[in-house]
This record gives sequence, C-alpha cells and structure tokens, in this order.
Amino acid sequence: MEEFKNNEYAVEMYKIVKEFNDVKAIDNVDFLVKNGSIHGLLGENGAGKTTLMNVLYGLYHPEQGEVIIKGIKSDINSPTKAISLGIGMIHQHFMLARPFSVVENVMLGRKSRKGILLDTKETAEDLVALAEKYKMKIDPYAKIWQLSVGEQQRVEILTALYQGAEILILDEPTAVLTPQEVDGLFDTLREMKNDGKAIILITHKLEEIVCIVDEVTVLRDGVMIGNVEVDCNTTKSELTKMMVGRDVLFNFEKSLNKTGEKKLEIKNIKVLNDKNFLALDGFSLDIYAGEIIGLAGVDGNGQKELCEALTGIRKVESGEVKLDTINIENKPPLFSIQKGIAHIPEDRHITGLALDWSLKKNLILKTFKDNSKFGLIDEKKIQERWENARIAYDIKANSGDDSARDLSGGNQQKVILARELENKPAIVIANQPTRGLDIGATEYVRQKILDAKGDGAGVLLVSADLEEILQLSDRIAVIYGGELMGILPSGSDVKKIGELMMGKKLEVKQNA
Amino acid sequence: MLSNIFTVGFFVSLLASTIRLATPILLPALGQIYTQRAGILNLSVEGTMTIGAVAGFAATFYSGSLWLGMLAGMVFGLFYGLLMAILSVTLRANQVIAGVALNILAAGLAVFFYRVIFGIQSLPPQVEPFKMLRIPILSNIPVIGVIFFQHNIIVYLAFVMVVVTWFILEKTTFGLKIRAVGENPKAADSKGIGVSKYRYSAIVIGGIYAGAAGAFMSIGYLNIFTESIIGGRGFIAVAVVIFARFLPIRAMWGALLFGLATALQLRLQALGIDVANQLMLMLPYAITIIALVLASKKADFPSAYTIPYSRKDR
Repeated sequence: MEEFKNNEYAVEMYKIVKEFNDVKAIDNVDFLVKNGSIHGLLGENGAGKTTLMNVLYGLYHPEQGEVIIKGIKSDINSPTKAISLGIGMIHQHFMLARPFSVVENVMLGRKSRKGILLDTKETAEDLVALAEKYKMKIDPYAKIWQLSVGEQQRVEILTALYQGAEILILDEPTAVLTPQEVDGLFDTLREMKNDGKAIILITHKLEEIVCIVDEVTVLRDGVMIGNVEVDCNTTKSELTKMMVGRDVLFNFEKSLNKTGEKKLEIKNIKVLNDKNFLALDGFSLDIYAGEIIGLAGVDGNGQKELCEALTGIRKVESGEVKLDTINIENKPPLFSIQKGIAHIPEDRHITGLALDWSLKKNLILKTFKDNSKFGLIDEKKIQERWENARIAYDIKANSGDDSARDLSGGNQQKVILARELENKPAIVIANQPTRGLDIGATEYVRQKILDAKGDGAGVLLVSADLEEILQLSDRIAVIYGGELMGILPSGSDVKKIGELMMGKKLEVKQNA
Repeated sequence: MLSNIFTVGFFVSLLASTIRLATPILLPALGQIYTQRAGILNLSVEGTMTIGAVAGFAATFYSGSLWLGMLAGMVFGLFYGLLMAILSVTLRANQVIAGVALNILAAGLAVFFYRVIFGIQSLPPQVEPFKMLRIPILSNIPVIGVIFFQHNIIVYLAFVMVVVTWFILEKTTFGLKIRAVGENPKAADSKGIGVSKYRYSAIVIGGIYAGAAGAFMSIGYLNIFTESIIGGRGFIAVAVVIFARFLPIRAMWGALLFGLATALQLRLQALGIDVANQLMLMLPYAITIIALVLASKKADFPSAYTIPYSRKDR
C-alpha cells in the first residue's frame, strides 16, 4: 500500500456533532480510518455507531464537524454524494427490494450504460466477474427472496463494490450469519483490504472481530472513548469495559439440570408461511419442565412460524402439539394463554406491545377478563398490578399511563416479561428476547429467563445469537429449512452448531 | 329464439363494443399501475376522470379541436394528480382519506365549472366526438376488421399504451426506480434515488392517464358532459390494477372483462330480456367484483403499498 503514503487516511471525521430533538446522539467525535485497513467501530446499542456512519454516508447531516475523504474536504449531503466519493454502506437491515432480481437491485444504484434503457445483461456479466474476484458466488438473475441471508449480504457487498466503493461500511454484518458464513465474509473482506480498500465494521460483538480488524474505535453514549490497535490476543474484557463503562460479568449461574417431565411435545408438524410455502416441514421437538432448550438457526428458517404455531396464532396443517396430554394445535390463542403458554414475541413493536397504549393496559392485554368488573375495566386493580410489576421488574417509567412507545427497548421488554412471566407459566416461548437491547438489559432479560426455568417452566429460546444460546441452554436444537437438524448438548462446539445451521443433519445416535 | 339472438352479427358488434367500452377502464388502469407500483393507492381516479371529462369537453366546445380537448383533460388530470401527490407524499396524509376527499372535491368542482361555463340549458351542449378511424385494408377483413379496426383513434392509442407501459416499467431505468420506491423506499433512498421525486412522477402520470380517460368519455365515447359521466369507472380501474397484480397486460384483460360485461348488458337490455334493468346495470360491476375477489388473493402488493416514506423512520 505504498502508493497511499502521502495520503494515509481514507476517512477523516473531526469533531462531529449530530443532534436529534436537542439530544446529542454524537458529541464531538473524531474518527479516522486508514487506507487498506479493517477498522472496527464498537459500542452498545444507542452508542451512536450507526448514527456516525449515517453521517458519513450522507443520510444525516451533522450539526458540526468536518469530513475529509481521501484527503479532500467533503460536504456529504446525500447517499448519492457518498457513493460518488466511493463510499458504500451495507446496512444491518438489507436495503434490497425482495421481489427484484439480484441484477435489478444492483442497477438501482447506478447509471445505465444504455441511457434510459436498462443494461441488464452487461451488468449481470460484470457482477459475476466481480464476485469471482472477491471469492463470492452469485446468480445475478435469482430473486432476492429466494436467497439466504448470507447471499443477500453478498448482493449488498457486490452492489457497493460495483458502484466503485473504496470505503465500505458494514453495519453488524455478522449478526445474521452462521459461523461458516462469517469465515467466508472475512475472507472477502481480507481480499478487499489487500486491494487497498478501507473497511469499517460496526459491531457490538467484539470477540468475532478481534482477529480481523487492525484497529478499533469505541463509542459510548455518543462520545468517543478510545482508539486502540487490536489483534487476536487482545482480551475481550478490556474492550467490553470501554464499551459499557463497567465490568460485565456474563457468567450466569446455570442452575443444576433438574429437568422434570415432558411438558410440550411437538410431533411432526407442518406449517405454512405467509407466502403459503412450507415453513415447517415435519418438525418435532420435546420440551421438558425446568429446562431451556435453545433453538439455533439462521433467521427465516421457520422459527417465527414455529413460535406462532405453538401459541395458536398460526394454523398447523398436520401433526400434533401436546401440552401434557392436551392437544393445543389449532386452538384459539386464548386457549394456550389459559393453559400457561407464555410468548415473548420476536418483534416487540408489532406483536409484543400495543405501542400507543398505556403501560397498564399493555400489562393486562392477555387478561382483560380477570381485570374487569361487569365488563368494565377495573382501574384500581390494574393500577395495583402496574405498581407491582414496576417494582418486581424494575421498569423505568414515569407512570403506568405513559404509552409504551415512550420507553426504551429494554424497558419495553421488561413490560412484556412482566406480563408473560408473572403467572408462573408452564412453557415460555422466547423468540429473540434480547435482540436490539443494550448489554445491561440483555443481562436482565437472560436472568429472568433463567429464573423462569428455575420456577419449573420449560423454555424454548429461539435466537440467532449463538452466544446467547450457548450461555443459557441446557440443550441446543438446530433448525434449518423448517426441519430439526439435530439436538446437541450444552457446551457444544460453535463450528458444529454452524454446520447444522447450514443444513447438515446430525447423524442420529441412540435417542438425543 | 336464442338462435335469433346469437348471430354472427351479434357477436361482432358485442366484441367491437367490448373493446370500445374497455378503453375508459384501460387508460386510467395503466396510469394507476405506475402510481400503485410506486406504493401509492390513489382512490381519486374517479374524481380525476370527472375533472378530465369536464375540462376536455369545455376545451373542445370552445376551440372546436378534439385534440385540444384531450390535451386539456390530460393537463387538468396532471394538476389533480399533483394535488394527490402533495397530500400523500409531501404531507404524508393517509392515502385512502386523501383519495376519498379528492373525489368529493372533484365531483363538486366539475359540476360547478360546468354550470359556470355553460349555465343551465334545456338541451345539454354537445360536441362532435372523435370519428371512427378505419385502418386501411385491415378494417376490410370480415368480422376481425369490424371488431378490431373500426374504432376512434383514442381506442387504438389506449391499447398501444399497454405495451408502452410494460416496456417502460420493465425495461427502463425510470420504471425500475418507480418499482423500487414502491417496494423498498428506504433501499431506494440509500442508493441515491429520490423517493419523493419518483412517487410524484408516478402519481402525476396516473393523473394524466385518468384525465385523458375522462376526456375520452365526454368527447370520444359520448358527446356531452353529465355529472355521473364516469359512473364508477375510476374505482373499477383502481380495482382492475390490483386484479391484474400490477401488470399492464393483465390489466388489459381486466378492462376487457368489464367492457364485455357492459356491452353484453346493453345488448340484452336492448333485446328486451325480461330482467329488471337495474339488475342488468349492476352486471358489469358485480362481475368485476367477483373477478377481483377471486384474483386478488394472489396479488403481491408492493411492500411499501400505502405507506408514506420518511427518512427519519429508521
């Protein structure tokens, strides 16, 4: 990379300030990235990582500060400008139009060589060549919805490269990938680094990236905490402390495995997804009282449909679900609620809470009947319940009349926990319970799930976060393409789980 | 008796009239394909057509030029579309409510201006409508010639626009961008595509088509303007787009279905079939609704359908 000597930095951001409604999301941050390097941007949710990168990508306009790209001071006021300066961004939620083909998505961000007509064929050819150069494989005419999450990410990276990106920002790129896919991604990134490109990895999962990044910048509450060079030997605790501002003990006491009787039996069920394709294809699993069974798998392999089928909100086409001896498949949701099946849904904003309702009412969403007199809501009773829940679950809110929308993600999740766990459920179905929460709230939610297990509940923990699965589960089930790939004991090797996540079935020995 | 009715002549005139009656559905439907593909449900098509009808009629009446009438219909349709665009894109209003409000406004405006311009007359003012344009040679083919090649110029143009619309949406960068802002506006934005700009264009194009269709009603199909001249065709066109799953060729079939039902209904009435004429008048609408219900189950709506876009909602 000698040729860049007179211009060492690809990106220089100085004294950046970005405010939202008078709150400083980023306060006076300096951020420098060298050419031909991979740079980690670490911080908790809400620390300002993504905001800072959105400033660099022209989606937000900073109140103060200057941005210098490849030695030239630049006013980046739109993504178009950013793209023209050679900046590409891979968002955490992919920016792809799902019914479109790969090549159509790529053409969106580019001028056509044929004027007003699309240059589909030429672009497709270029794309295949480009993919090969960076050790990727892609079918340019495949529709996005047909692709796995890892493949979709490749499309995003290729799009950015094809637009001529020299500086590539990746927002939480590993969050949705299997361990093997992560290796593949890192190979691609190293290839790009050797090409002299600057790569910025936004993440809060530092253990995955210490080996690939050259340097790390840590943000906390919108302020830059430090800038350190790292390698494979850098310890996790040091960086975590920088991120959180205190020591974090991720050592949960896994209570002894006093697993009880079989509680829930899922037998060979078939369930359709929203597009009427089979989401679960003969899925079977037993859940015992007093255990946490972790369900690992890449998002979109039937986890959501499974949780919905178990809670009565999705039709089971064939097969059985038994709670103790009662069949609960295709019963109304109220039935499973009354039988003690608690559900912590994947998306707390859509299915978990009525965002514009008060916290009090959100607490009794499932138990209106028990909280009313002569068909009218018993205000006194729900006020009391709110007070109890607020104390028991440490919910930070001004009053029970606040709408759920006004709370932070962590507090919203606590309201859901309070609602779901308070009646000592027999079964807890927790789908991505800590997604998008900061470390403190994550710790709290995980502890509550362990408590529920301690109280004798059988817990199905669905998570795309392998670390979470490994920390909490007594057994680890892996789902792929709507089928159970196998069940592994707790403490299994990540690579082994990864193999199953990619669709390799576990050889059946005895009974798992 | 049936054999007396169902003669070759009956079918030829039925099919020819099907094509003519499909035109005022097809034109606005093609326009709405742009609009709806961009993620906007514009229910004010009906009103836009009424505005186009009165504008086209008045312009033709005073200038004597039918083409000036068509142009007036399109220009007024454009402006009425612009109103919808301001409401739904810039002000991010609820699209259903904005559409309904604009319909009510249009009905009032159209009649108001008609009265202001023409006053109240015992006999409604008339214009000389577009004449039948026989396509040389082709129109002389027996049966086929009468069905397909003896219409006025607007009818031919409407069917040509089916292919044009398909080509623009599928083969040009403009079409790709229109589809992108309806499918994933956030993605489009991050790729440097102005979401508002393309949604405005898509709504305005829809307005122009609807205005043209309105003018066709008053100076191409009929030769007068009445309050109820559009008669629900705008709503049918919106529905046909969904029925057609947002594809121009399928929209053409939807429009033809409605045209056939209307033509059939007119002929059965003329033959004096013993069914209440109110029921007969319902036929085209009922058939369209049934077809819609059956077909729209499979409709894959653009992901951002009816959802206003703002960069802040991330």
